[in-house]
Amino acid sequence: MLAGIRTRDLRKIYTSPPPSAAGGGFGFGVAPGRGKKQPKPQIVALDGISLEISPGEIFGLLGPNGAGKSTTVGILTTRVRPTDGQAWIGEHDVWAEQVVVKRLIGVVQQRPNLDFSLTAREILLFHGAYFGLNSEERAKRADTLLDRFKLRDRADQMVRGFSGGMMQRLSIARAMMHDPQVLFLDEPSAGLDPQTRLLLWEIIREYNQRGKTILLTTHNMEEADALCQRLAIIDHGRNIALGTPRELKASVPGGYLLRLRFGQHSPELLQRLQTLPGVREVRTNTDRKNDASSDATGDNSADVYADRGGSLVSEIANLASSGSVELCDVHILEPSLENLFLHHTGRSLRE
Amino acid sequence: MNWKTFLALLGRDAHVARRNLVPSLMQTFLQPLMFVFIFGRVMVSSGYMPPQYKSLLLPGIMAISMVFTGVWAVAMPLIGEFQFTREIEDRLLAPIEISWLAIEKVFFGTFQALIAGLAVIPAGWLLLRPGVGLNLRSPLSFACVTLLVALFSACGGLALGCSMSQNHIGLMFSMVLTPMIFFGCTYYPWSALAHFPILQRVVLVNPLVYASEGLRGTLVPQFPHLPVLAVFVALTVFDALFLGIGLRQFHRKAVS
Repeated sequence: MLAGIRTRDLRKIYTSPPPSAAGGGFGFGVAPGRGKKQPKPQIVALDGISLEISPGEIFGLLGPNGAGKSTTVGILTTRVRPTDGQAWIGEHDVWAEQVVVKRLIGVVQQRPNLDFSLTAREILLFHGAYFGLNSEERAKRADTLLDRFKLRDRADQMVRGFSGGMMQRLSIARAMMHDPQVLFLDEPSAGLDPQTRLLLWEIIREYNQRGKTILLTTHNMEEADALCQRLAIIDHGRNIALGTPRELKASVPGGYLLRLRFGQHSPELLQRLQTLPGVREVRTNTDRKNDASSDATGDNSADVYADRGGSLVSEIANLASSGSVELCDVHILEPSLENLFLHHTGRSLRE
Repeated sequence: MNWKTFLALLGRDAHVARRNLVPSLMQTFLQPLMFVFIFGRVMVSSGYMPPQYKSLLLPGIMAISMVFTGVWAVAMPLIGEFQFTREIEDRLLAPIEISWLAIEKVFFGTFQALIAGLAVIPAGWLLLRPGVGLNLRSPLSFACVTLLVALFSACGGLALGCSMSQNHIGLMFSMVLTPMIFFGCTYYPWSALAHFPILQRVVLVNPLVYASEGLRGTLVPQFPHLPVLAVFVALTVFDALFLGIGLRQFHRKAVS
């Protein structure tokens, strides 16, 4: 049975810091208190997320730490109770039919949460037993996964002494042990070396080719670009863009972004920049409210969205010198999801 | 309810307990048996305690062992598993209602407490002989009291384990378990508190009083003890109360 994922207007407000089950950073925006009757601080983690993920799709949630990615995964995996809204795996309401849903899903949480009282093989075997697999099937699957994730030589050791990367690989193997229809991977490649990351991508693609739905969260552009068929970019608990990586990149005016810094502020120069061939949009700090990076760039900076990159620089320099304004710094960003994030939020999406 | 998952969860706990068998045994039996040896053997042989103290002491030691084992077996793993590492997540994601995971913990803790309680009788008897006057008039009452005590210890462990963080483990022993043991009529019968009338009433809120007195009433009824029926009622109430609190706290810890 193929199963997709659906959410409708999910909201989550924490009245105490979210435990590690919800994972994620703690940089949530704090909602203003509504009068004196509510002394508890309210932390808005999700503010109306609606998603529709088809069966057999690799879907990515992209966003910075604290954007609400892990809370979304937490709600979809029965681990976080939504304040409002609904979520479904296949046709099953996640909150109302938890046991049915838990059979359909495999979950890799952001932080490895292995059972430290067991060896690597025992972790897989007991996981299989929880899902009712018979002992022969359990042993067969455990061996296959230990080989696939290159853990065979440490299989009978306690996991307490494992490195972070090994724990992460074992967590992913464990989530696949009962062959779930939907796999949730919360920042799966965090802490993995580049080689293992490639191995993981290969395994994810293989798993997807068997018709499985995969939802992964990441703040790594390259990973989102390489793996995901569709992406939702979320920030401050809101869905700010949705589409294929190609569509999303195309939605940035021009595609190229030139971040400029001048010696002094000159509205006239900024107006003239607009007239250069290939320039689609010029933004200044005053356009970008809630801009976290505004202090670093100062008031003399401008973001130019254009359909060409390097060839514009000399023209910009000429314009600046003709107006007696010094061009202090130029940074060219090629079409990427990073630009998209910058375009929508005015903030950079850094690892 | 999914029996296969429930049995697999029990299997996991049994596997881990088997792996930690020797330290667990030391933890459970060493202190009570040393106490039995010093107070029941050394003090009695040297004439500081009357000979019948041996028989009076044994049910109290049994109650301590059971409560300590049950609380330890349930609370300690839970405190650890709900910490930062969230080792319990895998089991929370197993295809069974979350409450059943808590009940599995209680089931396993009850079993361990029963084993501990029943093992103290022959061990204590071996250390104290001769002169232990066990008088098992109603095996059924004894079985019921023992079961209720074991259940109370495991439910108490669930409630404590889900209400405390790792930093408070020391506090749990010094503020909860130690006063419970000393004011739990374990080393003396409840009637011995007659000279302290206020204290005698206050200790009635301590569930261990009913455990000790119940075991005393069914194992060595020749000594004064609380009515066994009152013990049944009190222990049943405490079992239900701690199970209720434990389940509620477990849900709070498990789902955010």
